[in-house]
Amino acid sequence: MTQAEIIERINHFLVDEFEVDADKIKPDANLRETLGLDSLDYVDLVVIIESNFGFKVVAEDFINISTFQNFYDYVNRKVSEKATV
Amino acid sequence: MNNRVVITGLGIWSCLGNNLDEVKDSLYTGKSGIGMDMERKAWGYRSGLTGIVAKPELKGILDRRARIGLSEEAEYAYMATLEAMKNAKMDMSWVEKNEVGILYGNDSSAKAVSEAIDTIRLKKDTTLLGSGSIFQSMNCTVTMNLSTIFKLKGINFTISAACASGSHAIGLGYLMIKWGLQKHIICGGAQEVNPFAFGSFDGLSAFSIRENEPTKASRPFDKDRDGLIPSGGAATLILESYESAIERGAPILAEVVGYGFSSNGDHISNSNVDGQVRSLKMALNDAHLEPKDVDYINAHATSTPGGDLAEATAIDAVFSESKPLVSSTKSMTGHECWMAGASEIVYSIIMMQNNFVAPNINFENPDEASAKLNIARVTTEKNIDVFLSNSFGFGGTNSSLIIKKFKK
Repeated sequence: MTQAEIIERINHFLVDEFEVDADKIKPDANLRETLGLDSLDYVDLVVIIESNFGFKVVAEDFINISTFQNFYDYVNRKVSEKATV
Repeated sequence: MNNRVVITGLGIWSCLGNNLDEVKDSLYTGKSGIGMDMERKAWGYRSGLTGIVAKPELKGILDRRARIGLSEEAEYAYMATLEAMKNAKMDMSWVEKNEVGILYGNDSSAKAVSEAIDTIRLKKDTTLLGSGSIFQSMNCTVTMNLSTIFKLKGINFTISAACASGSHAIGLGYLMIKWGLQKHIICGGAQEVNPFAFGSFDGLSAFSIRENEPTKASRPFDKDRDGLIPSGGAATLILESYESAIERGAPILAEVVGYGFSSNGDHISNSNVDGQVRSLKMALNDAHLEPKDVDYINAHATSTPGGDLAEATAIDAVFSESKPLVSSTKSMTGHECWMAGASEIVYSIIMMQNNFVAPNINFENPDEASAKLNIARVTTEKNIDVFLSNSFGFGGTNSSLIIKKFKK
């Protein structure tokens, strides 16, 4: 899966599941503020990442994710690691 | 304190229709809402018969956070409550500034619980259940979700009393308003309709197996009945004090005047005539009415051999002289279980508003007990000033409500 495909898939489920306007998704925008995430929403983000990319996010990983770009990079790295293994 | 308690809003989501108008037409024409669910047969059910209830489409009506905690029955309850609040003229801005409560009958959320456990077993990771699972799985799924969605600030809990849950919810709401503890309460009952919910009930051989004739299978009081048909949905009533309704300029649809209840103190699933008679008499006493004052009885009768026999005997014991018209709307709906005590009040108020008694369809030949009752075989034009509705549940919990046409 290419990085472009990963970004496309992430943006798709954010629009579809989290009901965020597509035009608000920008690489440097703040993920939590743009999606209006509360503590419960992070649990659903874990579920949706697992079902789309096949890996489990641990809560601590979210500490270093502030922008959409951080999020794309994080998922890309985890998907690459999984492919390598 | 002895406040008058009136009903100012009704809402319904059932196998007879998804709003009051559709349900009125079904009741008047005696239309059955029963069909077959082949998935149940694949699961090993003895009977695949069920009420066919539409799934509400909530995307676009409710935001994600509100939707995600709703179990199947809570979705039905949301739709019924939306309709009830609308016709009670209760808008959100008014509700947020006032103390509105909720008392709702529900006694399972089997689908949500079963699916969550399946996921845990498969994934070995509870986080992967998502955030909505717990709010769907608890028995109070309806009241916890609707109180949040509608910003309710009054009494807030669920009544679990088997197939009398919805009736007791209305009865308790009536008492709280009558005694001055609350002014406005959303009351009702909800019931999930899926293969997870009814397997254990099917296992008791309680369901009709007349699968070749689904619309003929539910036949309360008929001597050839062979069991009930599970069904569901949700029904909501807005109860409030007379003073509150007048102050708000709300439409007053009917008045709750009597609530009777009892426990059989006997077998866990078999009916008990004495317990039912005590419930009926208590409701009449509470309403300060005589049996002759009751124009119509909406029977609990579910189409089981033993249950219908006991109820016919109990009704005859109290109403043998006046013989009011009796029908079981379960002949059309099947048994709406936790919801039935509330939906049957909604059905009966629709009849009261439109001057007819809905037929007890499929009642062709009486047995020795039902022969003593005045059962409406066909739709009967009738002015109803007072009706009584029975609900009886496993564990021997009995509830009888008396509703009167509103007069100043």
